[in-house]
Amino acid sequence: MNITEKILAKAAGLDKVEPDQIIEVAVDRAFTHEKLGPLFFKKFREMGLTIWDTKRAILFVDHGVPPSKVMDADLITETVKFGEDYNLTCYNAEGISHQLMPEKGNVLPGRVVVGTDSHTCTYGAFGAFSTGIGSTEMAWIFNKGRIWMKVPHALLFKVSGELAPFVMGKDLALHIMSLTGADGANYKTMEFTGSAIKVMELDSRMSLCNMAVEAGAKNGIIEADEKVVEFLKGRTDEAYEIVKSDPDAAYEKVYEIDGSKLEPTVACPGSSENSVPVGDVEGTPFTRALLGTCTNGRMEDFRIGAKILKGRKIHPKVRLQVIPASKDIFSQCIKEGIVQTFLDAGAIWCNPNCGPCAGGHYGLLGQDEVCVSSSNRNMKGRMGDPSSKVYLASSATVVASAINGKITDPRSLV
Amino acid sequence: MIIKDKVFEIYPDNISAEQIAHTKHVNSLTPEGLAVAAMKDVDPDFLKKLGNGKIMIGGSNFGCNSSREWAPSALMYAGVELLIAQSFSRIFFRNAINIGLPILESPEINEYVSVGDELEVDLSTGEIKNITTGKKTQGTILPAFLLKIMTSGGLLETLDAER
Ligand code: SF4
Repeated sequence: MNITEKILAKAAGLDKVEPDQIIEVAVDRAFTHEKLGPLFFKKFREMGLTIWDTKRAILFVDHGVPPSKVMDADLITETVKFGEDYNLTCYNAEGISHQLMPEKGNVLPGRVVVGTDSHTCTYGAFGAFSTGIGSTEMAWIFNKGRIWMKVPHALLFKVSGELAPFVMGKDLALHIMSLTGADGANYKTMEFTGSAIKVMELDSRMSLCNMAVEAGAKNGIIEADEKVVEFLKGRTDEAYEIVKSDPDAAYEKVYEIDGSKLEPTVACPGSSENSVPVGDVEGTPFTRALLGTCTNGRMEDFRIGAKILKGRKIHPKVRLQVIPASKDIFSQCIKEGIVQTFLDAGAIWCNPNCGPCAGGHYGLLGQDEVCVSSSNRNMKGRMGDPSSKVYLASSATVVASAINGKITDPRSLV
Repeated sequence: MIIKDKVFEIYPDNISAEQIAHTKHVNSLTPEGLAVAAMKDVDPDFLKKLGNGKIMIGGSNFGCNSSREWAPSALMYAGVELLIAQSFSRIFFRNAINIGLPILESPEINEYVSVGDELEVDLSTGEIKNITTGKKTQGTILPAFLLKIMTSGGLLETLDAER
């Protein structure tokens, strides 16, 4: 069996599972946030349901905070109130769920995590099975602590060599999207392995697993290693088990990628599957840039951004908006002088939250505006007006491009 | 469960959940608030077209990306009685069933229907009869437990009935 099958089998109390088998699994952690939780809170109360385990059900206020719409203010109030009434931890304005779940020790290797957010698949970076679900289903899980699932078929991505400097996990993710297409992994698991993954920082691995859902995948997953063990020190006192794929595990398809040949990659507007090497779009002008989100709002992103930015200025026509994924990341950036570097260069630094990523909060795009973003989605209208356009790129490419006011290969600035 | 109505529109591949109910168009999570946001970025005439029939046809990977249950909810509250697509993305598929929006996957549906055709669809056998043309095709039959959730109003209604 592969990692995903082993985790699901264990959570279902079975010795063995096979693709397409429908099983019922016990959930280790489950969460919702202020945009999608309120959809079931009322019903949950009316039906008099109780929480299966108040230590394992978690709430976040992360999408648009502080709110810029009255509806959002009300949704936040409802979420906080639900947490108080049911005795649940609610992380309010501390950061994006996908960063805080691991930071707060809620993601452990070998466990099953579900959230009402499609990028819940990010936690595969820690060797956990994690996937996004809807609100009504979360009501069921908050009450019962279990979920039915179809065991997914598996795709294996073997990435050899090592990514070149200024080529990041995000570039690999975008490259993979161009191979699979937007639904090439629908209902499937994407497992990433090989030397390039092994040497990759956890931040880049999170970015890679985060994008799995953009190919339609149920989850993305990487075998946990010493980097994960190190990360978890001081964050949990629970015992956990690292799960590995058997040498004879079956995969529906194996993709072999030479990581050392990978270039900075950019997804053209419309879909992440429209990914091309940066050279193909170099020179494209734009006026908006976003560095942050659950895909690329972490230390690796800000460190590489600051390195490129040091002593330089953002192009006068570009507004670079920077949003750390959590309060801890924000603090660390202050300590390392990164915030100052960005401010000196002319960037706008915001509090941790999702910002304009999903088109619901500050920094929206107006008519015909073009943005280069470190986020994960760029379909029509995603970040604002339907006529606006979003190019997806790595944090290094976003910053290098913001300096020049046109899409730029970050390697050309170092 | 048998649904008989007209096809009001056929949509292309990869319509995402967020395009179906985009944050910027949703100002309240009430049924009315969600209904007015339905498909606005994709088709500004969506609500008008729903006056011509209650069956909606989608392409492949329908409802992709976002996990927002707003999407199937918006379609349901807008008045869609049946959604047939070549394929659904995973989370949308679960969400639709869990809220009780009748959906059916039929990979070849586009060869069998045009806008304005009247269809008779049996959700338990997956049979799609085009009354206008006389042609027939087949949709994927759901496992019994899912069909039950979908046709009895949704997951929580099932839970309620079980207690
Ligand atoms: S940062 Fe963007 S993609 Fe990530 S959870 Fe927030 S809105 Fe969703």
